[in-house]
Amino acid sequence: MSELAVTVLQFGLLLLLWILILSIVGAQGRDLMVSKKSRASTAAARSARASSAPAEERGSTSTPHAGVQRPRPRTLAVTDGPLAGTTLELGSAPIMMGRAQECTLVLDDDYASGKHARLFPQGSRWFLEDLGSTNGTWLAEEQLTRASTVEPGDPIRIGKTVLELRT
Amino acid sequence: MTQVDQVDTAPRPRRGVELVLLLLALIIGVGAKFMVAVTMEEPITPAYYVATGVFAAVALAFHVVLRLRAKYADPFVLPIVVTLNGLGIAMIHRLDLSSGGDPVEPRQLLWTVVSAVAAMVLLWLLRDHRRLRQLTYISLVVSLILLVLPLIPGLGMSVNGARIWVNLGFASFQPAEIGKITLAVFFAGFLANSRDLILLAGRRIGPMQLPRARDLGPLFIAWILAIGVLVVQNDLGNSIMFFGLFMATLYVATSRLSWILIGLALVAVGGVLAVVTVPHVGQRVDVWLHAFDPEIYNREFGGSLQIVQGLFGLANGGLAGTGLGGGMPDRVPLANSDMIFASFGEELGMVGLGAILMLYLLLFSRFMRAGLGTRDAFGKLLAVGFAMVLVLQVFVVLGGITRVIPMTGLATPFLAAGGSALLANWLIVALVLLVSHAARRPIVVGPMVNATGESAAGTESPARQAPTHTAPRPTAPTDDAAGGAR
Repeated sequence: MSELAVTVLQFGLLLLLWILILSIVGAQGRDLMVSKKSRASTAAARSARASSAPAEERGSTSTPHAGVQRPRPRTLAVTDGPLAGTTLELGSAPIMMGRAQECTLVLDDDYASGKHARLFPQGSRWFLEDLGSTNGTWLAEEQLTRASTVEPGDPIRIGKTVLELRT
Repeated sequence: MTQVDQVDTAPRPRRGVELVLLLLALIIGVGAKFMVAVTMEEPITPAYYVATGVFAAVALAFHVVLRLRAKYADPFVLPIVVTLNGLGIAMIHRLDLSSGGDPVEPRQLLWTVVSAVAAMVLLWLLRDHRRLRQLTYISLVVSLILLVLPLIPGLGMSVNGARIWVNLGFASFQPAEIGKITLAVFFAGFLANSRDLILLAGRRIGPMQLPRARDLGPLFIAWILAIGVLVVQNDLGNSIMFFGLFMATLYVATSRLSWILIGLALVAVGGVLAVVTVPHVGQRVDVWLHAFDPEIYNREFGGSLQIVQGLFGLANGGLAGTGLGGGMPDRVPLANSDMIFASFGEELGMVGLGAILMLYLLLFSRFMRAGLGTRDAFGKLLAVGFAMVLVLQVFVVLGGITRVIPMTGLATPFLAAGGSALLANWLIVALVLLVSHAARRPIVVGPMVNATGESAAGTESPARQAPTHTAPRPTAPTDDAAGGAR
């Protein structure tokens, strides 16, 4: 084969290598931008919570959206504690939280029990249920004694971890 | 913006992307080998097509295994690894052609197949990396056994002054390569379990908090034994790597900078002691500092010929290289294993070597991404540990070749000739892919049984409870929700 053809092939190999690299970088997209995104969504959630704070004073029987079919919150975000910044996409399946490895959300928190609490969907809402934990589960500064609804933005406290639902 | 984000974060398997990139990777890896034949004017025998077919089949089989078993695993890891492995095989083949001796390339291809199949089996059987957590202390014991094996008379053997090999009769093996996996599992498992204890308990002296001895004890025993055995074995590269792995995992688990400073001080003390007392290490430092001294260059054993020839090779390569098969990398001793970076630098030039380094960087970032994305502490530490293993190997090898640090002799991941390193690195890839699968897969678990039942204290059936303290009952419960509540 002529020398020119060999040279062209050699350069072709180098070119292909860099094409591979560039296509990997291109295909990654914004996959590596973890922190920025979670920071942005935390800020958004915080402002949303601030604006809806007066609404939380309302009586438990008169919700402004009563009867209106709202979409169920789709994200569970950890706002404080060892796992702060973690978000979890929610489907239609119940979520178990605790320190045990078989939990859906494994809490890396010494004050959480093995199987601490369970979050399950019902209609357009999520319900939180304490699973007989040692230190209790707190929903908006009140200790859970029975399964209760969780509104988006309500802080759920398990040990040192604080979680909230986001739409 | 939030809408785009949600589209972005929705879990997608992205196996199609992987297939496309994998095909590109195969074109590069296989094309490089054919290029060698073309440039060196070798006849292209049927053996080429057989080797190509085998290599491509293994890579595609791995892709299929991922599709079946770990659908959400990171799509970029496999193409990168296949590219590097293919390039390595091509370069080893090229060096076989010019050395004319016993060909190394068929053995490398065989080991590639063995390693990739072993990785697939691991991926298939393990399914979830968290099961390794149960093996925390077993893997400590296994690491120690693996590290001690080469010291057993009759079993271990010494090559070039380093006693790190085990003779299995039909093949020789470096147990330390597998040891780095088990040690990473131990560090990750141990720190995931006792991170908080290490952080919170203990006395505070000045600005630094000292952990209790019993919390950190097992970790330091592991570290001292690993380093001690390696010093006895005269293998500097692996002790640097184990120490780096230890420091990195500790830092990621605790985020205490002060400990890193203590660790670096320990390294400095240990390094000076090693240079003064161990002749093997002192020689390496001499070679590093005075490589171009004629006296050291011409020294019969442990001279600087290898490094200097490697540097000349890199210089000869220049910007775009001499082309695969066009240079003289065979002048460098161990050109196909320890010095394979110099061989690539000569034949692919800075552009090609830069591409290879970029691939390592991308691979490193994918490993770290798997660690960032996964939700369990063990998986995070495991992925970070493996990322550090990868990046430290590259740094130690490249630093040695370019005289940034003394030459130590580690295997360049996926490129260098050497079966045990290849096996270990493929197994690491399998484990990281499992971690990334756990990180990226959507949270869809099967219908969970009500763990407590209605009789459990503090819980009541939500179906009965719901209407009393919410406004009008939202909607009839959906099937799956009702199933969960019943």
